[in-house]
Amino acid sequence: MTVESTAARKPRRSAGSKTGTTRTTAQSADAPAADASATAAKRTTTKRAAAVKKPAAKPATETVTAGADPDLVQLLTPAGERVKNAAYDPYVAALTPEDLRGLYRDMVLTRRFDAEATALQRQGELGLWASLLGQEAAQIGSGRATRPDDYVFPTYREHGVAWCRDVDPTNLLGMFRGVNNGGWDPNSNNFHLYTIVIGSQTLHATGYAMGVAKDGADSAVIAYFGDGASSQGDVAESFTFASVYNAPVVFFCQNNQWAISEPTERQTRVPLYQRAQGYGFPGVRVDGNDVLAVLAVTKWALERARSGEGPTLVEAFTYRMGDHTTSDDASRYRHDDERVAWEAKDPIARLRAYLESSNHAEEGFFAELEAESESLGRRVREAVRAMPDPDPLAMFEHTYADGHALVDEERAQFAAYQASFTDVEGA
Amino acid sequence: MTMAAETSKNLALAKAINESLRKALESDPKVLIMGEDVGKLGGVFRVTDGLQKDFGEERVIDTPLAESGIVGTAIGLALRGYRPVVEIQFDGFVFPAYDQIVTQLAKMHARALGKIKLPIVIRIPYGGGIGAVEHHSESPEALFAHVAGLKVVSPSNASDAYWMMQQAIQSDDPVIFFEPKRRYWDKAEVNFEAIPGPLHKARVVREGTDLTLAAYGPMVKLCLEVAGVAAEEGRSLEVLDLRSVSPLDFDSVQTSVEKTRRLVVVHEAPVFFGSGAEIAARITERCFYHLEAPVLRVGGYHAPYPPARLEEEYLPSLDRVLDAVDRSLAY
Repeated sequence: MTVESTAARKPRRSAGSKTGTTRTTAQSADAPAADASATAAKRTTTKRAAAVKKPAAKPATETVTAGADPDLVQLLTPAGERVKNAAYDPYVAALTPEDLRGLYRDMVLTRRFDAEATALQRQGELGLWASLLGQEAAQIGSGRATRPDDYVFPTYREHGVAWCRDVDPTNLLGMFRGVNNGGWDPNSNNFHLYTIVIGSQTLHATGYAMGVAKDGADSAVIAYFGDGASSQGDVAESFTFASVYNAPVVFFCQNNQWAISEPTERQTRVPLYQRAQGYGFPGVRVDGNDVLAVLAVTKWALERARSGEGPTLVEAFTYRMGDHTTSDDASRYRHDDERVAWEAKDPIARLRAYLESSNHAEEGFFAELEAESESLGRRVREAVRAMPDPDPLAMFEHTYADGHALVDEERAQFAAYQASFTDVEGA
Repeated sequence: MTMAAETSKNLALAKAINESLRKALESDPKVLIMGEDVGKLGGVFRVTDGLQKDFGEERVIDTPLAESGIVGTAIGLALRGYRPVVEIQFDGFVFPAYDQIVTQLAKMHARALGKIKLPIVIRIPYGGGIGAVEHHSESPEALFAHVAGLKVVSPSNASDAYWMMQQAIQSDDPVIFFEPKRRYWDKAEVNFEAIPGPLHKARVVREGTDLTLAAYGPMVKLCLEVAGVAAEEGRSLEVLDLRSVSPLDFDSVQTSVEKTRRLVVVHEAPVFFGSGAEIAARITERCFYHLEAPVLRVGGYHAPYPPARLEEEYLPSLDRVLDAVDRSLAY
């Protein structure tokens, strides 16, 4: 009587099959597996056809994508056409052309910053970089949905969200350069430190949200995590705590399809947004490459939190265009054609197409932005190269807030040891 | 009469902690109590008895049965400005929370370059000697003392339990508060108007000249019994209650050892990589020319904590400590 995993019978993952197969798994829990495979295969074919076309064109598959996944909230098609959505349109109705250009600017500058960081790693200026390439809409859309008094708990890849929270991008680079392990004041921008242990921060976000509720404040909290983290016990526990205490927290899962080398079907048999149902709160899947849809859905979820309706799970369906980090080599585990298919859904190209077709931006805007991007890249480059190594004694600093005798003793010993070299050199 | 009754009470150790938590809840609205069964039930050892009734469910919080979730959400509450006092029901159940404690709680203050503080107390009833089932009798303090960013303390008596809990809650650092569960019912006078000494300072609880016994938590009482028996045999043992495992008051140990020239460290935890090992190493460095004998340790063996019918053989006992004392004095 056991329902067999459809995942186990699926054809090998390949270009663009992801959306289709995941949906198939969801819809066909009771359906014969053969049907599931057939559906998946069909979609694969369709998507491959899409991949051949260039993003600027208007492939017929775009409507197929939208139509194929009625649960995927989308306001802008990959070609940049505005799709009506009665439920979520109100959340973006007030956006002016200037706001739209602002979102575009955010995404372009974030991508430029990200590219600069990757280059700096290649030049040896950073030890590591975790690129957000491809996830700009998921991050800018959700980041711009937050209010200043909301609190953000990021993973280590939320460079776009940090940008929205006015965290200076160069501050993000300290830990990747190896001069600190965090290094910014989380309370200055209500943007917590990057968290590397996967999923841990979802519990911090939930606890913080419990505190917000105790204070009677109407702020909300947003916890970022990924498809890989969804398997962590801490994420499950955060869902439980948020649910039973009705905490004002939005769980924002960027499903970028890959946890280093493992595809999402190694983490789940159901679409991730459906996990929320078992915990008693709503889950929504949004097109993570559609900045308007992400903005709308996140605003909705944050407003639910603020009005005492409790947690929401948002699954932003997106794609990690680059490697997991600069130490990774995605070519060992995934096909180029998959990436090509996702390039056709690029978040920046999509909004640009919309801005142009709706005459919301003139050529001058794009040219100025180009110049601003280069200037940002230069600023980041210069700031990183000028970032000094910390004083060796800094390793002892802030180990404790109230001090600790052993730290004092070892610091003194280390200082004396260091000084012994100075004496020799000075002599 | 009423005044006198209020300034000082003869309390069991568990009740002293209860009174201390009550005082903290009264004096600081940011203090929260969190844990499994801490509310209506008052905790499985009744340490939080009556607190939810008096302070409400918003401040004395029955949590889901998930230790990582308890500590992880406590971190979030601390970031919001609260001072959570978290209960882990038994020593052996802390490990689901170990990741949150070690990778998050211990390091967050340093990672933020001091910009945020994590004033969280994690209470853990620990140790054996009560005939419990598996996972209910362990002494994992060394696993926490090894981690920079955490402070680890363990009171041995009701008065210390009261005051050390006050100080732990006031500390801006995370404190792992190990409660000697076999001593929960031991009574002592608690003076609520006393001026307590520093949280991390050891105390000489019996003076002596021939050998120092160093212990903390449940083993202090045993060491005092050992010193009593040894005195009848004409040996003068000094007993040091370390009170704090991290930081550890090596200065007080050194002072005592420079006088007695011999040291035996006693704890329930396994001796291998235990706190006794660290004390032995550091005291050897500090007092090499004062020592008449190698520092000896008495503690658990490198075996899983045994079934309850064997625990008296596994745990340090009067005779095992006396045996170590004899061996030290034989040098």
